[in-house]
Amino acid sequence: MPTWTPDPSFYPSPRMAMKAKPETLAYVAAFDPDRKVPDSIAVVDVDSNSASYSTIIGNTSMPNVGDELHHFGWNACSSSLCPNAPHPHMERRYLIVPGLRSSRIHILDTKPDPRQPAIVKVIEPEEVADKAGYTRPHTIHCGPEGIYVAALGNREGKGPGGIFLMDHESFDVRGQWEMDRGPQHFAYDAWWHLGHDTMVTSEWGTPDTFENGLIPEVLLGAKYGRRLHFWDLHKRKHMQTIDFGDKYQLVFELRPAHDPTKAYGFVNCVISLENLSSSIWTWYRDGDKWAVKKVIEIPAEPASEDDLPPVLKGFKACPPLVTDIDLSMDDKFLYVACWGTGDLQQYDVSDPLNPKLTGKVRIGGIVSRATHPAGNGALSGGPQMVEISRDGRRVYFTNSLYGAIDPQFYPDGIEGWMVKLDASPSGGIAFDPKFFVKWPKSHRPHQVRLEGGDCSSDSYCYP
Amino acid sequence: MTSGAWPWIVIAGLGAFHGLNPGMGWLFAVALGQHRQDRRIVWLSLLPIAAGHALSIAMTAGLLVLAGVLVDVRTVSVAAGLFLIGWAMFHWFYGARHRVRVGMRTGLAGLGLWSFLMASAHGAGLMLWPVLVPLCFPGDVAAGAASPVVPALLGIGLHTLAMLGVTAAVAVSVYEWIGLAMLRHAWINLDLVWTVALVLAGMVLLVA
Repeated sequence: MPTWTPDPSFYPSPRMAMKAKPETLAYVAAFDPDRKVPDSIAVVDVDSNSASYSTIIGNTSMPNVGDELHHFGWNACSSSLCPNAPHPHMERRYLIVPGLRSSRIHILDTKPDPRQPAIVKVIEPEEVADKAGYTRPHTIHCGPEGIYVAALGNREGKGPGGIFLMDHESFDVRGQWEMDRGPQHFAYDAWWHLGHDTMVTSEWGTPDTFENGLIPEVLLGAKYGRRLHFWDLHKRKHMQTIDFGDKYQLVFELRPAHDPTKAYGFVNCVISLENLSSSIWTWYRDGDKWAVKKVIEIPAEPASEDDLPPVLKGFKACPPLVTDIDLSMDDKFLYVACWGTGDLQQYDVSDPLNPKLTGKVRIGGIVSRATHPAGNGALSGGPQMVEISRDGRRVYFTNSLYGAIDPQFYPDGIEGWMVKLDASPSGGIAFDPKFFVKWPKSHRPHQVRLEGGDCSSDSYCYP
Repeated sequence: MTSGAWPWIVIAGLGAFHGLNPGMGWLFAVALGQHRQDRRIVWLSLLPIAAGHALSIAMTAGLLVLAGVLVDVRTVSVAAGLFLIGWAMFHWFYGARHRVRVGMRTGLAGLGLWSFLMASAHGAGLMLWPVLVPLCFPGDVAAGAASPVVPALLGIGLHTLAMLGVTAAVAVSVYEWIGLAMLRHAWINLDLVWTVALVLAGMVLLVA
């Protein structure tokens, strides 16, 4: 139903969104790697004044098993206030929750009971494939033309992957987004610069090359994705490709500046075939083209063969495996999750081409298995999906990457956990010793979404 | 003039109403000024916004005048009334379903096109029909006896001036003093008001 004034969680600018009151709930996608119990959206109490702080207080199970819930997002957000395509009188109310493996899309209503979202619609994979020609829906973004879904596979589960649109009120699948995809074939993440009419997409690979785990021959042959694509957001036309080169594999999470007047963003490259390092690249406007520069390289750490999984033994090193990054609302701090070594790093990126390391914690990790101040002994998994509160004071993350890849790097299994860092406005991070969510053994946690919005769910049209 | 000043006041009032709607241009002018960090852009944007709006109004008014000349006025009124109510319904249910063709990097021509599309899609010109019918085809004068073009042009001019005046006043006030935070509370659902206005305009045409 239309509202009389905009949803109170919509803010014209990121500066204004930073003044939002702290979130009290976090929604977390949780999946059963054995595909026996339905996956679920768990609701975690993140209100430090609450008696149930740091516990799972709600759980919405999916109607089927084996969906592999992964990323998800809101039906509407601050981009509704954009002047060129305003649709502000609606509610940020529904979570759009795709199954990455099943290609089924669930719509959850958080309004009647925010602590126990209700499934109000399920879109079966056949409908997505018929109307949009895509499968393996991944990233969800609310934007100017509705809900944008980045999908990794085509109808047959091969390439090209791409983007499709959904209606943000009826949730009808509207169809393929691209009008001219140019040379783009692989898909993964997608986000945009609203102020520069530009869509950016990144690359993983086609479903047949990751659904049973990473294939070493494909990886070592540099045949996974390694490019960025830049598009005209409104003409839906491919404009430019930037190839990182055959040393770099898996170009993943796109974090454009929130300030719509700024024309730069950050992306992580998971692995270098040369030295197993991970890297962060800044894309930026250079004249009338986009350009990239590698701004951070995080090296692999030498390790004993005995401590490494079979896939890494020959290398005698533990790769950082940076598999997620997140940018604070003021575009000042970039958080970097090193799923391999167990580091969660904070960089000051006020100068986006010259980041400075300002904070670091370690938890889990293939070799280190570092513990948490709450005292839970050696921990498995490592920092993975990161989410930052709108005010930049709190950082949440979980420890599982993807069902089929987890055991390749953590062959002894991953026991799920979610933790929280307190971040100082001037830089520096530390664990909140009171926040450690030990995940139920049946599931592993992945992406986190915060009540009212967070740093990777909203985009803005005003500086 | 039997109906006196009222039709002209209504035409100007509707211009002010259209100018007040953030979806008709003032908000875009403010945003472009902020993006390019230049207050002159706010002022300059007003021209294509008003021109696009005027063109859309003129096309719908022209359609009405043409129909009024060719067919008898009563038939045109009834058809127009039904059309307006239908348009209002369509706008309410499917108004958000459209491509976004103009983005934040637009030039002035793109902004004019955007304004034209927004005014047309929202049925801005249709809302003027109930007032234009008595002005263009007054009383018992047979259709075609007096040229309906002059009052139509005057109406379009007056409406556009009022729209431009309010758009300018709001855009400049928000850009210079008020700031955009007020959108969060002050941006009332003008689409709802707009839809009601279209239905009312349609009903006026049907019963007049």
